[in-house]
Amino acid sequence: MASTAIHDTAVLTHHDHGHEHGHHKETFITKYIFSQDHKMIAKQFLITGIIMAVIAMFLSVLFRLQLGWPDKNFPILETFLGKWAEGGRIRPDFYLALVTIHGTMMVFFVLTAGLSGTFSNLLIPLQLGARDMASPFLNMLSYWFFFTACMIMMGSFFVQTGPASAGWTIYPPLSAIPKAIPGSGLGMTLWLISMILFVASSLMGALNYISTVLNMRTKGMDMWRMPLTIWAFFLTAILGVLSFPVLVSGVVLLIFDRSFGTSFYLSDIVVQGEVLPNQGGSPILWQHLFWFLGHPEVYIVIMPALGITSEVIATNSRKPIFGYHAMVYSLIGITILSFIVWGHHMFITGMNPFLGGVFMITTLIIAVPSAVKTFNYLATLWRGNIRFTPAMLFAIGLVSFFISGGLTGIFLGNAALDINLHDTYFVVAHFHLVMGSAAIFGMLCGVYHWFPKMFGRLMDEKLGYLHFWLTFIGAYLVFFPMHFMGLDGVPRRYYAFTEFEFMKEWLTVNTFISWAAIISALAQVAFLWNFFYSIFYGKKSSQNPWESNTMEWTAPVEHLHGNWPGEIPTVYRWPYDYSKPGHDDDFIPQTVPFSQTMSSNLPHDFEGNAESERIQQEWDSKYAADKVEQGIN
Amino acid sequence: MGNAPFEDRQNLKARKFLMWLFIISSFMMFAALTSGYIVYTAGNAARGLKIILPKAFQFSTLIIIASSFTMFLASKAARKLDYSKQNTYLWFTILLGLGFFANQFYCWSLLFNMGVPFAFNQNASQSFIYVFTGIHLTHILLGVGFVAYSLRSRRKNISQAHNLYRLEISSLFWHFIDILWIYLYVFLLLNQ
Ligand code: HEM
Ligand SMILES: [Cu+2]
Repeated sequence: MASTAIHDTAVLTHHDHGHEHGHHKETFITKYIFSQDHKMIAKQFLITGIIMAVIAMFLSVLFRLQLGWPDKNFPILETFLGKWAEGGRIRPDFYLALVTIHGTMMVFFVLTAGLSGTFSNLLIPLQLGARDMASPFLNMLSYWFFFTACMIMMGSFFVQTGPASAGWTIYPPLSAIPKAIPGSGLGMTLWLISMILFVASSLMGALNYISTVLNMRTKGMDMWRMPLTIWAFFLTAILGVLSFPVLVSGVVLLIFDRSFGTSFYLSDIVVQGEVLPNQGGSPILWQHLFWFLGHPEVYIVIMPALGITSEVIATNSRKPIFGYHAMVYSLIGITILSFIVWGHHMFITGMNPFLGGVFMITTLIIAVPSAVKTFNYLATLWRGNIRFTPAMLFAIGLVSFFISGGLTGIFLGNAALDINLHDTYFVVAHFHLVMGSAAIFGMLCGVYHWFPKMFGRLMDEKLGYLHFWLTFIGAYLVFFPMHFMGLDGVPRRYYAFTEFEFMKEWLTVNTFISWAAIISALAQVAFLWNFFYSIFYGKKSSQNPWESNTMEWTAPVEHLHGNWPGEIPTVYRWPYDYSKPGHDDDFIPQTVPFSQTMSSNLPHDFEGNAESERIQQEWDSKYAADKVEQGIN
Repeated sequence: MGNAPFEDRQNLKARKFLMWLFIISSFMMFAALTSGYIVYTAGNAARGLKIILPKAFQFSTLIIIASSFTMFLASKAARKLDYSKQNTYLWFTILLGLGFFANQFYCWSLLFNMGVPFAFNQNASQSFIYVFTGIHLTHILLGVGFVAYSLRSRRKNISQAHNLYRLEISSLFWHFIDILWIYLYVFLLLNQ
């Protein structure tokens, strides 16, 4: 790295760790492990997230084996799972552990930390023109808390009684009584510890993102010139700051119930013929606290994916994003509304029907901004000059999943329908399409798009296409049939529903789903190979491979601490000047001043600045005269 | 250092803002707990505090208000570059903080002797008292840590800007936990 000279400038303008270490002498440890550079931390989050995703996906293949072939033995399972798969069949309590940890890891570790952690860290400073985060030290801590949380969650596979098994929503009383099921013992305790560390990590991240966005934008980058990615990350962070602490409250009460003999959530419980001393609690209280986080959490998962998609769709359609302001206001609308809909997860808790009605209405209202975003994506694509890069395909895939999964949300939001559909496979289908698949596609889209920014190399396109098509078709084949099972009343989280007469006819469908899941899982090998191979041997990327407008592409390919050598560029325009009429290129980066694009400036570009408008008018009339002279009409 | 006016070199402003955000998130946690209390208590007529809180809580309130005052005096001294006074007042604040801590424990023992235990209490509304005060006490510990961090040490010579920055974030936090206690206390009083 020819960075010594550059480093000095970076240190001059940006020396924010007054104490302990200077980054003049970077060692392996400060550069790759305890790094405080946002770009390195982004990569750490990404790679940890990918590893967690692979593990969680592997868990899902295990329980799909049970669901697809409930009567078959797979001796190989016993070889490496031991007593949890005696005789080659997954034991019921281990099945529950599998679904629980799969859900927890995917929602929190992959789609929250892996997604926000990677892209907020990478893009907030780079797209806003900042040297780093507000507090790089806190940023580093955020990663290491996350890492520890992952390790503890993984560690729960190695305890005698197995990991937590009460579902990713860990409803008490099941989760509150260590004796209830094996998974509610030590495994549950580890789950709770891991989750508290995770929340701490998310909060440290979110605090940094918000403060950086509000305080550290470069000259000219006012809020309304921020790319939609940044808006999405910013509002996601706000959601996190307001909702994660609520989960902590719930978890603290749960810990007291489990280990200190209180009864916040427990009442009237008999375990093995013995009445528990805990009386007077209310398990519904947990549901309120959990879903007050839980619903914002699903938007914490999807909003960054939507932001990434906005950016990639605009860049690859070579068109300004349709309805930039509408996009921002929808995100703000979603942020606010997502705090008043949590009750739609609780329609069957015996809540007052009037209250249910209120939650029903708020739920249907939140579908409006979601729909606005969808229509804006479609309008941006409409008659665009589309470049089908792998990132673009994944972005379009997200739009597809967001529509097909979002529609079923409207059904579920109706209390009268939800009473039938709650806790069936219909819900599983809904959230795997709208959250699982859509957000994963957003994340993959971001990986393909910003890989050159992270590693200075390109990923292979052919493998990218293969990965996309197999995953896209696979995901629909896995989740679409689940709607019909759910409509027929097949409940979720059952170990072997072949035990019930009316569900037996669904066995063939389940076998089909399991095959589709296995094939989609195998398709991820194409991605993993592509990702890790390209880090070292991919084609070298140019500085702005996608001909994009945003600021990160004005920073050198070679990473440096401080991002830009010398001065940080100034921003003059919004990020979506693609195919602007009158300009010779089909993109104009945000850092290009209007004085260099006289041929394409429009009156409203000057935001009412009379002087600039006058100069432009003068130029326009002169240019028009020239045009006539040359005979170009 | 071309764009010096646009770059606060140490990001002190942005970092101070982190403290505001932290305060918001921590407030949300208590908002959740008190809302949880309301939801729980509304569920059944047998629930609710059903006791008169020990008078000793008033003493805690006095201590913590006094500590906010000493914290304020410390900031004032620091702005006047009177570092020994700054440290004296910070030490006072720490002592008062620890006094608050001890008095809350004393209040717990009073509660316990009134027959209001934390665990194995069929009326979890009463257990909530311990949760509110307990989690608040963890904040007090954190606050004491912050105040200690803004003590100006003779050995390390930090700049005045940095000294003020440290003081500002710790006094922000300290005043917050003061107000937080008053919020919790009033909340409990209104429900007794
Ligand atoms: C179009 C707007 C949406 C509406 C009206 C809606 C409505 C609902 C309703 C009513 C439920 C509860 C179903 C039940 O348990 O009986 C539900 C579950 C769920 N939704 Fe949505 N939803 C929408 C969008 C989303 C989005 C965008 C996400 C995530 C990105 C999402 C993720 C989830 C998840 C994870 C669950 C299930 C949680 C569980 O029980 O494990 N939904 N949705
Ligand atoms: Cu929801």
